[in-house]
Amino acid sequence: MIPTTYYIVLSALLFTIGALGVLIRRNAIIIFMAIELMLNAANLAFVAFTRMYGIIDGQVFVFFVMTVAAAEVAVGLALIVAIFRTKHNIDIDQLNNLKG
Amino acid sequence: MTTTDLLSVFPLLILILWACLVLLLDVFLKRERLTTILTAIGLVVTLGFSISQNNLNLTGFNNMVVVDNFAVYLNIIFLGSGLLAISLAHDYLKRMGINRGEFYVLLMFSISGMMLMAIAADLIVFFLALELLSIPLYVLAAFARPRVESEEAGMKYFLLGAFSGGFVVYGIALVFGATATTNLSGIAARIAEHQADIPLLTIGAALILVGFSFKVAVVPFQMWTPDVYHGAPSAVTAFMAIGAKAAGFAALMRIFVAALPTLSEQITPIIWVLAALTMIVGNIVAVAQSNIKRMLAYSSIAHAGYILMALVSYGQSSVASVSVSAALFYLLSYAVTNFGAWAVVIAVEKAEGKGLALDDYAGIGRKYPALAAAMAIFMLSFTGVPPTLGFVGKFYLFRAVIDGGYIGLAVIGVLTSLISAFYYLRVVVIMYMRDGEPEVRSEPWLNLTTAFTAIATIVLSIFSAPILQWASQAILSTF
Repeated sequence: MIPTTYYIVLSALLFTIGALGVLIRRNAIIIFMAIELMLNAANLAFVAFTRMYGIIDGQVFVFFVMTVAAAEVAVGLALIVAIFRTKHNIDIDQLNNLKG
Repeated sequence: MTTTDLLSVFPLLILILWACLVLLLDVFLKRERLTTILTAIGLVVTLGFSISQNNLNLTGFNNMVVVDNFAVYLNIIFLGSGLLAISLAHDYLKRMGINRGEFYVLLMFSISGMMLMAIAADLIVFFLALELLSIPLYVLAAFARPRVESEEAGMKYFLLGAFSGGFVVYGIALVFGATATTNLSGIAARIAEHQADIPLLTIGAALILVGFSFKVAVVPFQMWTPDVYHGAPSAVTAFMAIGAKAAGFAALMRIFVAALPTLSEQITPIIWVLAALTMIVGNIVAVAQSNIKRMLAYSSIAHAGYILMALVSYGQSSVASVSVSAALFYLLSYAVTNFGAWAVVIAVEKAEGKGLALDDYAGIGRKYPALAAAMAIFMLSFTGVPPTLGFVGKFYLFRAVIDGGYIGLAVIGVLTSLISAFYYLRVVVIMYMRDGEPEVRSEPWLNLTTAFTAIATIVLSIFSAPILQWASQAILSTF
């Protein structure tokens, strides 16, 4: 059996890649994908810990997180479409009307 | 589901069902005025049910939710904020040409998320509540679509909000890994039995702190705040500044005081630095602002720093309850003052983002003395000058911090308050000392809100003792 530590290290790596992706990438959709990666890193950790403790709680939480992620996608993509219609661009560096 | 379960979430259920009903009615009847009235009725009824839960101390759904006086106190703030937001919004939306019924429905959904946050006692419920309150707020921030500023505000709020949500949920996963439970009392019990993996728990707690710090706009996680507050419709900003902040602090207080007091050795220095940075950066950058919405945004960052001071001593059980009740009182005083200030901003604001510069307030003192007097009261309350709510709130807060033995932090708080006097009083000076030809919107509900909050700012400061006592009782049953 693969030790739990491996899963946790993998999930920490995924979370870091996601967080770095949000900070480095400039395309709103890619940033959004990076955020999803962070949520899925948490899901992996939940599942791994659940298996380690032999309880069911963490597996249930994964469904909550997935549902919430889906709700966020609905609102997020709608916002991206709205921005694209006004600015014909989803580069977040172009979102610079508010300054000061 | 038992009767107790149902009773514990009853106000929340009523509000959510009512919001769904109003959404349908709004689609079929297409009468915005009716939607406004129905929303106000729904909030008042929910407020009634919430108040009736005072002193009940219910737990429901296997300790997933706890309805204690702490939750009741916060729910009253959330629902009151909702009512004030409606009275600010209904004329503002018409004036700005964004009078769509969804506004009120989204407002109700967001409030239900905040109420869930106040009663949550399990980390996963905190996460669900966080998203339930945030997702409607993302839409509300972009509500003045297709105005590009508003869309930009919505987008920035969404990306940073979702980012912070990722931190919270990963933190929860690590806390779950360290303790095998997400229940707050369960976590505390596991730590007490020395069965928790402390390094993992500390990292998880720090990630949760970071996630909620984004929500309440604590430096260095505040970069979205000025842009979002500036771009979002003013009525939304007024609501967001209170609701999201109070809910975020509710979560932080509940999680750290109820579940993780034993971690205070590791967490307290972080909170100390965050609070100090927030007060310093918020107040200093606010001085440089020439737009009133951005100035109030930085002021809200600074106030988040003051409230965060209360959390520094959360690990000392003798002081924790005093400082949490001081923070609760401060949230109330900030809510009242903030809504008043935003009511004045909305009265002066014109379409297309005009009327938001500080210079637009020139001459108001001569032409509209009542409005100027109200704004002066709000600015003095923000600064913390007696006899206003802001002064009483700061007084209790600084006293709690000094009781906790953090004199240095209290000194930073007082010094930054002095800096804040500069930019708050500048508004008063511009209103009274400079000549101008201001034009101000006068509308019954707007004027009523301004008058109500101005009077409340003065009167409640005189009768602050009963409120503080109520807030402390709210804590006694909880922690």
